[in-house]
Amino acid sequence: MGFEFKYIVESIPALIEGAKLTWYITIIGITGGMVLGTVAGLLRLTGTRAVGGESYGFWRVLGVVGQKLAIMYIELIRGTPIIVQAMFIYFALPMLIEVSTGIKGVRFNALTAAIITIIINAGAYMAEIVRGAVESVNKGLIEAGMAMGISRLQLIANIIGPIAFKRAIPPLGNQFIISLKDTSLFIVIGVGELTRQGQEIMASNFRALEIWTAVAVCYLIMTSALALMLKFVEKRMQII
Amino acid sequence: MSGVIEFRDVGKSFGKVEVLHDIDLAIEQKEVVVIVGPSGSGKSTLLRCINGLEIITSGELIVNGICLPRQRRQIREIRKEVGMVFQLFYLFPHMTALDNVAFGPRKVRGASRSEAKAIADDLLEKVGLSDRSSHYPAELSGGQQQRVAIARAMAVKPKIMLFDEPTSALDPELREEVLNVMTAVAREGITMVVVTHEMSFASKAGSRLLFMDDGRIAEDGDPEALLRSPSSDRLKDFLKHVGY
Repeated sequence: MGFEFKYIVESIPALIEGAKLTWYITIIGITGGMVLGTVAGLLRLTGTRAVGGESYGFWRVLGVVGQKLAIMYIELIRGTPIIVQAMFIYFALPMLIEVSTGIKGVRFNALTAAIITIIINAGAYMAEIVRGAVESVNKGLIEAGMAMGISRLQLIANIIGPIAFKRAIPPLGNQFIISLKDTSLFIVIGVGELTRQGQEIMASNFRALEIWTAVAVCYLIMTSALALMLKFVEKRMQII
Repeated sequence: MSGVIEFRDVGKSFGKVEVLHDIDLAIEQKEVVVIVGPSGSGKSTLLRCINGLEIITSGELIVNGICLPRQRRQIREIRKEVGMVFQLFYLFPHMTALDNVAFGPRKVRGASRSEAKAIADDLLEKVGLSDRSSHYPAELSGGQQQRVAIARAMAVKPKIMLFDEPTSALDPELREEVLNVMTAVAREGITMVVVTHEMSFASKAGSRLLFMDDGRIAEDGDPEALLRSPSSDRLKDFLKHVGY
């Protein structure tokens, strides 16, 4: 009973289905996570010169409230395991909604819960990546922008953003890969992603060596694809 | 008539450290004011208060009709009319020389892409860098970067130009090209406030010289006269130190 390739060949269609789902959750998850992380990361820096100094009136109140919320969000998510977050969103949230509003049966399907978990989880880590990258932008460049009398939004979009983004690429790449691998945890809420597909095939033919090797290779191909995409983006931004 | 920049009993502290005391100063249109003084005397802080990069902590500062700190919400209106040139240039590293200069007209004045390009081309020619317009800052020498930075600040046609030690980070042989551009700006009749150690610029292009010492304006007068016969010992000492 050596390593038999035929078991791998047999498992390929099912593994590809799983890999597709894994890729789908990852891409939507990290895209959403980037949006959420950028907002949370910038809110965290409210009022500092890194984002153009203080604001006044309504915007100041909004910024301060947003900053508190961002800090709570980041600390809550970074301080709990992603598997607990997935369980909470899938199993506990419907109960919470029922207890607090009396509305029964509000429930995400497993795939939606998985995507939401990745968005929220990756968003918290990306918020810290964004914060670090923005804080690393030379204060002199920010002052040069401020001194021209442009708005805060123009400053962030045209000066801070492009420079910080380039700095953020390596740590973002890290987070993309972590998030992709984290999708394997959704086996616990019954999403048919790659790890679950592998588990099911293995349970029927008991070929642990072949199947888990194939699953590992599938993950490697996907993480390599992500890394290559980021390399490409980084190359294109060489001049900064 | 009141000045285009007016300090009224202005003080500025960073925490407990008071860096400017009782500054009273009126600068009229078209004046070229050169500020000199030992490091830590508050020259740069005074300059940075004018466009609100630092907010004064006491007194009043009126710039182009807007009174700080009372009207600090309108600080952008001041900054649109006040160009600034920094010691370390701070060109936007992800934009070409041309895009750096076109940035202000595009974003601050709302010019079209082609209008902004025309303004930028014209200014780059004036500072002698037409052939460098598609270069990125990292591909330019310090002197070239600073000339682009001057063009960038001039591109919005500001009423006032601030220079914060514009030649201090440059090798001696690169200073001349920057000083020449600054002298040309001064001849255009734009109001200028220049913090520098270049005494030659003060006497050649300056219309007024301020000597700052320990957060106060210690001397204020005609550059030629002050440099030829400094009245105070502090100024004499200082001039000796900078080798003038």
